Amino acid sequence: MNDGRDASFDKFRALGFPTTQLENYKYTDLSQALSIDYGLNINRLNVPVNPYEVFTCDVPGIHSYLYFVVNDGFYPVNDNRNDTLPEGVIIGSLSEVSKLHPELVAKYYGKLSSTKNDGLVAFNGAFAQDGIFMYVPKNVQLDRPVQLVNIMRSDVDFMANSHNLIILEDGAKAQLLVCDHTVNDVHFVSNRVTEVFVAENASYEHYKLENTHNKTTNLSTLLIDQKDSSNVLANVITLHNGLTRNMIEIAVNGEHCDTTLAGMVIGDKNQQVDNFTSILHNKPNCTSRELFKYVLDDVSKGAFTGKLYVARDAQKTAAFQTNKNILLNRSAKMRTKPQLEIYADDVKCSHGATIGQLDESALFYMRQRGIPQKEARLLLMFAFTADVIEDIRIDALKDRMKLLVEKRLRGELSKCEGCVICQ
Amino acid sequence: MLQIKDLHANINGKEILKGLNLTVRPGEIHAIMGPNGAGKSTLSSVLTGNPVFDVTHGEVTFLGKNLLELAPEERANEGIFLSFQYPVEIPGVSMVNFMRTAINEQRKYRNLPPVSATDFLRLMREKKELVEMDNKLANRSVNEGFSGGEKKRNEIFQMAMLEPRLSILDETDSGLDIDALRIVANGVNKLKSPENASIIITHYQRLLEYIVPDFVHVLYDGRIVKSGDKTLALELENKGYDWIKQEVEGK
Ligand SMILES: Nc1ncnc2c1ncn2[C@@H]1O[C@H](COP(=O)(O)OP(=O)(O)O)[C@@H](O)[C@H]1O
Ligand SMILES: [Mg+2]
Repeated sequence: MNDGRDASFDKFRALGFPTTQLENYKYTDLSQALSIDYGLNINRLNVPVNPYEVFTCDVPGIHSYLYFVVNDGFYPVNDNRNDTLPEGVIIGSLSEVSKLHPELVAKYYGKLSSTKNDGLVAFNGAFAQDGIFMYVPKNVQLDRPVQLVNIMRSDVDFMANSHNLIILEDGAKAQLLVCDHTVNDVHFVSNRVTEVFVAENASYEHYKLENTHNKTTNLSTLLIDQKDSSNVLANVITLHNGLTRNMIEIAVNGEHCDTTLAGMVIGDKNQQVDNFTSILHNKPNCTSRELFKYVLDDVSKGAFTGKLYVARDAQKTAAFQTNKNILLNRSAKMRTKPQLEIYADDVKCSHGATIGQLDESALFYMRQRGIPQKEARLLLMFAFTADVIEDIRIDALKDRMKLLVEKRLRGELSKCEGCVICQ
Repeated sequence: MLQIKDLHANINGKEILKGLNLTVRPGEIHAIMGPNGAGKSTLSSVLTGNPVFDVTHGEVTFLGKNLLELAPEERANEGIFLSFQYPVEIPGVSMVNFMRTAINEQRKYRNLPPVSATDFLRLMREKKELVEMDNKLANRSVNEGFSGGEKKRNEIFQMAMLEPRLSILDETDSGLDIDALRIVANGVNKLKSPENASIIITHYQRLLEYIVPDFVHVLYDGRIVKSGDKTLALELENKGYDWIKQEVEGK
């Protein structure tokens, strides 16, 4: 992990933290969040909390392999539920594994992130020391989802950098659920980079659920590399947060791949969420579908960028992108930017973006049937987000999300009261 | 049951209802006919509280209550049902969830506990049979992708589920073939009771062969300009509306 540190640091010195002057960051002003003097845990201080004791997961029936990253360090596994991992699978601390299996880590670590010209990613490369490592060998299919809970816990304002590395070999199959969670009422910045390598015929699902408090700045970069005939689903849901920026880039570097990228944001008060996404079709005969939905109230702000790149020889690509947004209030703001760069001629691509209010005629129709306005609005909002929830392929999680989204829309989840998944 | 006195209503500052009077007593069926643009749908919107319209003058009482003070959902739960001329599609809200919510809100309004799952399913089945509604439709989103006829049938299904005191049918017969028309009429007739009443807005005499009205009114230019018994409907069908226009303008 230390190999690329100097190069990353040099890159960070040249780039600095991103400002709104940059095209990619024009919708998200990080200057205020990054102006606070944060503690950085460079000396690897231990944190006096045992998440395995404090948190019990209650997604009914999810039966995950459960892991924690507390602030910026992987918390030692002491849950016997994880004893039954299929043979050959490695899940653990990235820094530990890089000592035990240096050649495995070296083959992948930084291979996607070091190519990015991004100040946050460079900063992460310079300072991240740990994170989750997950390796699923050839043709091994994980029987249960893996769950990673990122916990921010500190008595002082704090910045955490962590780096996750996920490797699926040919024909492997895995599902990862990442929950972001904050414990204390101080300012947090998390800057997390996740690199995922999905080899031929492999199948990977990535779910991210954020339910943090409004002093949290959550900066996350998800970089996925897909090889021939692989299948990827990423679904990022922000239920409650402060300032969030998700950078997601899925590079389809194989033929006959399928990619689904979905996401949902429910924002109110002064919450801000920016999903900056790219799907890069570099090879022919692939399909992708992208769907993001935002419901914004009060003075919350949302941004969506959907970059869809189709290389010249990526013929027969079928790629569809949709971003739909509902503003419940005049002061809420949404910026949406589809960005299509299509260099192949034999493709089927479409995109659509809408920003609107709840359908008044539908509201009246429901009220005419005796449903009070508040309930009618709720039904419409819930209906609006339903197809993103349908893009969850873990039934227990899907059911739980329906409940959480409904609670959130009802205003019953107005502050973070402990990770809603792991109360 | 329903008294409308000198009702005036605007949309975007334009007056559509210009002093409308109508009284409906329990057990009665009233047909309202009239040329396009006369204000028939406006009347049904105003009675059900559509916020798009402003009532500028007049009184409406329903079962002794000042209707104009009530929110649309309160009017509905007091027992007013509108079969919309153009039923609205609501993608993502399933018919089942929609109906269960509506039934339970109505029960809550009447201080009754929520309906049990088995009672609800039985009720759904019963009423679906009554309007011969396809099972598939009940499993879909409200009106989404329904044909014109299916939407109208769905309105009558909802009416049967909610058992209103006063049902207003706004051109429910338009675009229906004869079989569908019979089913719709059958639904309305099954609900007929000495306590309930209906206002049937229609262009055609056809529906009135199945649902026999006690009164027929002609709505023209925002007012009821002529009332009579069921023979008036036949006369209108034969002679059109020009003679009415002349009568009104001659006055
Ligand atoms: N949303 C609206 N905006 C403006 N004018 C409207 C609207 N709805 C109806 N109107 C006008 O009100 C008048 C009466 O319409 P309506 O009540 O629908 O007539 P009817 O149902 O008798 O055919 C028409 O002149 C119509 O153009
Ligand atoms: Mg009309």
